[in-house]
Amino acid sequence: MAVAPKQSAEGNASKISRKRVILWVSIFLVVVFCLAPVLWQLLTSFKINDAISAVPNVYFPSFDQLTLNHYMAVFTGHPFARYMFNSAFVAFCATILCLATGAPAAYALARLRIPGHRIYVAGVLIVVLFPYVLLFLGLFEVVQAFGIGNNYLALIIPYTGRNLPLTILVMRSFFSQLPKDLEDSAKVDGYNTVQMLIRIVLPMTVPALVTTGILAFIFSWNEYIFALTFVTRETMKTLPVGIAQLGAQTVFEIPYGPIAAATIAGTIPLILLVLFFQRRIVQGLTAGAVKG
Amino acid sequence: MKPNTIRQREQLTGWLLALPALLLLLLVFAYPIGRAFWLSLFTRNLGTELQTVFNGLENYARMLGDGRFWSSLTHSTVFTAISISLELAIGTGIALTLNQAFRGRGLVRTVAILPWALPTAVMALAWAWIFNDQYGIVNDLLLRVGLIDQSITWLGDPVRAMLALVVADVWKTTPFIAVILLAGLQAIPEDLYEAHSIDGANPWQNFVKITLPLLAPQMVIAVLFRFAQAFGAFELILVMTGGGPAGATEMVSLYIYDTVMRYLDFGYGAALIVVTFLILIIAVAIASFLISKTRIDVTGER
Repeated sequence: MAVAPKQSAEGNASKISRKRVILWVSIFLVVVFCLAPVLWQLLTSFKINDAISAVPNVYFPSFDQLTLNHYMAVFTGHPFARYMFNSAFVAFCATILCLATGAPAAYALARLRIPGHRIYVAGVLIVVLFPYVLLFLGLFEVVQAFGIGNNYLALIIPYTGRNLPLTILVMRSFFSQLPKDLEDSAKVDGYNTVQMLIRIVLPMTVPALVTTGILAFIFSWNEYIFALTFVTRETMKTLPVGIAQLGAQTVFEIPYGPIAAATIAGTIPLILLVLFFQRRIVQGLTAGAVKG
Repeated sequence: MKPNTIRQREQLTGWLLALPALLLLLLVFAYPIGRAFWLSLFTRNLGTELQTVFNGLENYARMLGDGRFWSSLTHSTVFTAISISLELAIGTGIALTLNQAFRGRGLVRTVAILPWALPTAVMALAWAWIFNDQYGIVNDLLLRVGLIDQSITWLGDPVRAMLALVVADVWKTTPFIAVILLAGLQAIPEDLYEAHSIDGANPWQNFVKITLPLLAPQMVIAVLFRFAQAFGAFELILVMTGGGPAGATEMVSLYIYDTVMRYLDFGYGAALIVVTFLILIIAVAIASFLISKTRIDVTGER
């Protein structure tokens, strides 16, 4: 306290600029921490084999050390486009189903005070934490019993169910923030609950649906253990399983270049999603985890 | 049941709206867990020609003497504990940085959640390449800095393989913790800091006296989520080390999967699932107790 008043204006200025320096150094560190592994993979994917296996490593390849061959190899030598379609189709269907069943449930839990809603919500809060490895055995038996192995349904239904808890939590927190007056006046105008939901509530819900939909899509696209277990036919595999088996394919010579190219090609859809929907992803994650 | 009042009709509609989701939840969560409990009381493996034979609690007795189970449990615990501690520390740093006002903050936030959004199985390949013995960038950088004088084995060495897994997991999941903590930071009113600064507190005292206690609920939630995920971590380990070298990084999740899918020992696999499930439930119970406690502390301080 005694020192503070003696501090000159210059002292304050240097203190502020020191704060700025610390800030920019931490920003730099955050960016490097998050991007470095992806950038290294990107660089590897464009280098010719000699440059990939050069010791010491080549960080700034010359023009003749660059190639597109690894990408060609990935797309011509493997059913890579097929993996990509499978992932996109399964994730898209699971997301739509998840929203179609999860949003009405969330509305009922937030607004309609149905008997047993406390137990329902408590159950959802617990199962949102369950790792996939606890569920695959029982689901594997179900998939076999229904004979839907190597069928898109074997992934779409588990993914829908697995993403429901988060969807319900996020949508429920959204619905409970909506002004109740609108629904009341709709009731006065003679709408029943379902009409009111479709005409009044649904249009206001679109942003929240997009938020939860993106999360469900990302989780479904990235899922591994169900996709590995329930689907064995090559043409039905999803991208993570297809790419991961590239690494295990050959014992003697691991194709580092094509693996790197596959990594980059397989992550581009997600990179785009993050670029466009960063704000919504952050919103969804916090609404799901914190408010639940 | 005949819906006669408006309220009853509304409740009926509510249940109809909630029903499809409930059925899916029961199918995907309740059935597999219940089935694991039931199956854990039976032997069903190649020895019984995949017939289901009742054996009481034999699977659980077998677990007590199963060294591979205990070592996988130890590996999971070590991996989870180290990963989460590092993630909490780095995640707090990232959240504090992202909470400052600076030009291009939106872009940096985008970059910061990127690792979380990428497929774990795919990035595990990237990390295996980074820790490659011959051409890996980690060895190259360490050689250049002079910390080592010849390339070292990473994924082929028990301790370093675990370290590599922790590094990859920290990279992949710290963004999640940072996002949760950032939301907590944004909810702390600015005038608390101002009042405290007038009392002569420096930034570090601010952090310890205001930020940390008010952030505690978010920290507990983030740790709970991460505990469940790290304890069930599967593809990262399968792709990077396959549980090796010589089982040194085999975790519970990998052991469960091998027991079921490779050795076709369904009864014992189910018992392993039950035990992992119970560990998780205990953790949830402890965490919800802690959350209710931190909430009381926060209100008590005001």
